[in-house]
Amino acid sequence: MSIYAVMFYVLGAVIVAATALAITRPNVMHAIVCLALSFVATALLFYLLGAPFLAVLEVVIYAGAIMVLFLFIVMMLETKPDEKILGPSRRQWLPVLALGGVCLIVMVVFLLLAAGGPGPLPLVTAAPLAFGRFLFQKYWLAVEIASFLLFVALVGALYLGRGDGTTGG
Amino acid sequence: MPTIVPYSHVLILAAILFLLGAGCAVARRNLLMILIGVEVMLSAGGLAFIGAAMRWQHLDGQAFVIFIMAVAASEVAVGLALIVYSQRRSGTLAADRYDLMKG
Repeated sequence: MSIYAVMFYVLGAVIVAATALAITRPNVMHAIVCLALSFVATALLFYLLGAPFLAVLEVVIYAGAIMVLFLFIVMMLETKPDEKILGPSRRQWLPVLALGGVCLIVMVVFLLLAAGGPGPLPLVTAAPLAFGRFLFQKYWLAVEIASFLLFVALVGALYLGRGDGTTGG
Repeated sequence: MPTIVPYSHVLILAAILFLLGAGCAVARRNLLMILIGVEVMLSAGGLAFIGAAMRWQHLDGQAFVIFIMAVAASEVAVGLALIVYSQRRSGTLAADRYDLMKG
């Protein structure tokens, strides 16, 4: 096993552990901190898998912008920790968990048998320059549509977040 | 040339992350935690795409991750604005309390 494979498994374990911690915290603030760690580890994994530009974007957008936005909202709304994390009854989740576990096991077996492909992945890196050229040559229309989507999201967030007029907001 | 791991291991990691996110979105009863679950699911999808880009030595997979990130950013902006709006209207963040229609 190469050193890169060891790095992959260590990073994967860190990501899964941090995400599992995040989704079980009663306090949303703790969950967000755990999730920021998970996203930073995911960025390192992206770098290992040959996408340095996307690794930087993962840190900037996910671990930076999105998590900070969540933090702002949590501090603004003054949320209390949840008394009960799950829904009405814990027993109702048992069938779901059992069937989900069966699905996961079947999928793991299937992937290990079928989708392995020709051996392990080679260690190559997509240079940001080549990636940018490719993106704007082949997907320029999709980039425009994505910018339009972000604009619509901006307008929607502004519209939903406006005051009701009485507070001057 | 050094190698990393088979593509199937990347897919399994992405699937585990996706299931964690889906479980968070379904089981948690806090609106913010539901949105966090959706974010985890999107990130897991991006991980699978990057592994695929490496498996087939093609940049299309990495290009898709850019668009996934754009969708995630716009989704979280609108979602958080909706949460703030509904919290202002009803005064709660618990999804169980939105039972006006007695569903």
